[in-house]
Amino acid sequence: MTPLPAPLLVPVALVAGILVVATAAWGLLKLLRPQADFTELGLRIRSWWVMATVFLAVVLVSQTGALVLWAVVCFWALREFFSLVPGRWEDRSALLLAYLAIPVQFLWIGTGWYGMFIIFIPVYLFLMVPFALILTGEPKGFTASASRIHWGLMTFVFGLSHAAFLLELPERPGFAAGPRGLLLYLVLLGQLNDVLQYVTGKTLGRHRITPVISPKKTWEGFLGGVLLTTPLAVLLRFLTPLSPLQAAGAGLLISVFGFVGDVVVSAVKRDVGVKDSSSAIPGHGGVLDRIDSLCYAAPLFFHYVRYLCY
Amino acid sequence: MKGLVGLEVHGAGNLPARDPFLLVANHDSHLDTLVLLSLFPLGRLGRIRPVAAADYWLSSPLKRFAASACLNVLPVVRGARAGDDPLAPLSAALARGESLILFPEGTRGEPEVLERFKTGAARLALAHPEVPLVPVYLAGSGRSLPRGTALFVPLVVRVAIGEPLALSGTPREATARLEEAVRALGREVVPEAAGEAR
Repeated sequence: MTPLPAPLLVPVALVAGILVVATAAWGLLKLLRPQADFTELGLRIRSWWVMATVFLAVVLVSQTGALVLWAVVCFWALREFFSLVPGRWEDRSALLLAYLAIPVQFLWIGTGWYGMFIIFIPVYLFLMVPFALILTGEPKGFTASASRIHWGLMTFVFGLSHAAFLLELPERPGFAAGPRGLLLYLVLLGQLNDVLQYVTGKTLGRHRITPVISPKKTWEGFLGGVLLTTPLAVLLRFLTPLSPLQAAGAGLLISVFGFVGDVVVSAVKRDVGVKDSSSAIPGHGGVLDRIDSLCYAAPLFFHYVRYLCY
Repeated sequence: MKGLVGLEVHGAGNLPARDPFLLVANHDSHLDTLVLLSLFPLGRLGRIRPVAAADYWLSSPLKRFAASACLNVLPVVRGARAGDDPLAPLSAALARGESLILFPEGTRGEPEVLERFKTGAARLALAHPEVPLVPVYLAGSGRSLPRGTALFVPLVVRVAIGEPLALSGTPREATARLEEAVRALGREVVPEAAGEAR
């Protein structure tokens, strides 16, 4: 195990600080307003503690561990998506093929084979999923099934797995935080942006931005998230090799497209008529509710950094 | 179980804390028994017995081994001849303090379709009013591992556990009541199944 570079301790301290403050605020709220119900908030904060501890510990300690953890997150997300949307009986073997693509995709990541990582799902799985579907001999509903399965793979495996490939980017002279810094930067800003959009939307929100797909999202919340996340992105740029201006661009990318990812997953939930994608994470909803913004932010941030610095 | 299949449990507080009890669920998949057993602590599993068809589970040595050694199954005879009481071993098990898991559809049948209930479970409940009767609805197991295939595809299984039910009246009335209780739980967890999808 390599010694932990000092810049990586900053996000750990920051996350711990935020969670301590949030927990204290929750305790205070319970004392001040004993008649109100803060159970949901308490559950939400507790889940944050668990997720943050596991994620930070694994990413900082073991690169292989981080890849396995991220593969499991992709599996949970894809399984939640497949369980949510309708499907045909004939799709089952293609669904299994889609699941099996996850360990293979992470094998390419683990061996640092960028060329294969970037085409495996968009080319090979894109061609093989319809192949698996025609083997069942049932054409009725074929197009919808092929589209659904490939969209799930692209969004929840291909897109999300870009975050893991950040760990495989080469070391750069003078960039102390290293690849782990990039992953922490993306996930920290993405999740903070979710929280900041939620909090500003809840306190200042007046004008609905997507009244049908996600009625609780407002322009105030969206802009609040962008305006708070972008300066944070500049402040935390020591986790990346980006210049201040480039870091501002990364902050914009993560906050704007984090929002888009959130609304896209909301559209899936609205389509099938549920509020939360599942109840897997107490106080948060499902796995998709937690990682929706990263489905967009991860691939966009990865290619932004790779183009600018590698 | 949770890591691979993905369990979503509603109403876990309704699970009886003590044996014996009668748990009645819809049946779509071999996963159903495993899912239901996984809801209980390991130490209690010796006293919780899934009731299963003797003609299926005792039909080959492998199935017999799975049924008796792994699942602690209590076999019951389907389509017993007049004069025999197929429920007698079940009553005896309850009297020994063992809990029973019953699938009154009598078969896994068409996946994700609730078949008409047979009357055995309700008869047993009527004969043992002191034993808590818990209705359960399982959704998704039939998509994950339906009848007639060994191809297991991990998908989220939703489990809804209802409040204990008191039955009365004729076996036919009690069966209808039980079936409706399970159906109602189904509408709760899978609104789309009840035609309420938006």
